[in-house]
Amino acid sequence: MKRNIEKMIYATLDEVLNDLNLDNTVEKNLDTELYSGSGVLDSLALVSFLVNLEQKINDENSINITIASDRAMSMKHSPFNTVKSLVIYLEKVISETKN
Amino acid sequence: MSKIILITGTSKGIGHYLANYYLSRNFTVLGCSRNNCSITNDKYAHFKLDINNENNVIEMFGKIRTTYGKLDILINNAGIASMNHSLLTTMQTVNQVLSTNVSANFLFTRESAKLMQKANFGRIINFTTVATPLNLEGESIYASSKAAVNSLTKIFSKELSNFSITVNSIGPTPIKTDLIKSVPKSKIDDLIQKQAIKRFGTFEDIVNVINFFISSKSDFITGQTIYLGGI
Repeated sequence: MKRNIEKMIYATLDEVLNDLNLDNTVEKNLDTELYSGSGVLDSLALVSFLVNLEQKINDENSINITIASDRAMSMKHSPFNTVKSLVIYLEKVISETKN
Repeated sequence: MSKIILITGTSKGIGHYLANYYLSRNFTVLGCSRNNCSITNDKYAHFKLDINNENNVIEMFGKIRTTYGKLDILINNAGIASMNHSLLTTMQTVNQVLSTNVSANFLFTRESAKLMQKANFGRIINFTTVATPLNLEGESIYASSKAAVNSLTKIFSKELSNFSITVNSIGPTPIKTDLIKSVPKSKIDDLIQKQAIKRFGTFEDIVNVINFFISSKSDFITGQTIYLGGI
């Protein structure tokens, strides 16, 4: 599941960076910073990214998850910092929703 | 492809009228209400649900996304009124009014905007009331709930402007619908006397303002409330 989530993150990232005419030359891997000091997303791009990723996950898994939940917002280390932290968080949320 | 418009509360009253009107204008109309809807038209789809139920509402938007791929316009029409002295208003009524008029409005706006942002276009119309600027006695909770809708309109308009989504409100005067059927005639007459133009509003008056807000030419009109009748 991890690899699949990672792929969806990269695809969504491409979509949003291109749609918003933001720099899309950054190398994408687990260490890529999303929304942190030097992240590739600004606040508006983060909103689009999370909404589009949520729709992708829901469509592909036939579930309804909310990524930006109160839980995500109150975590000590934001799950939106890097691709890796987001993958770990989403894997947990998806498996909890499915079970 | 025709414009896709979602209208809440289409089983009766203004919502029912608006659904039929936009069907006659060749829109694809999606409606929802707690009850069945009598509209039978190939371009109409009805979702029977409680607009306060987040899971059901999200599920409905998922179906809209997979079936139609987009949503152009949302009309947050569904609402309930409570007219009573504050000292006689129960907390059950308070919670029902706030849930339907404020929370459900927020939920539908949020989910619609998620769909609209992808297309970089959207029009969201809220319903408010003249009871708010007039601070009408006997309408503390209803008027307060619509004051919240006015704030939602202004704040959403700012947050969604980068996605080319506009958010505006219409504040009708009394219109002959179920919403005012329990209000004494003298109260309605007093209210109409407070308007610059002293008559009941009509469905056509509402459509006129909505058509202005949803026009593609109105892309510079957002965060506004238009009250009918001259308040």
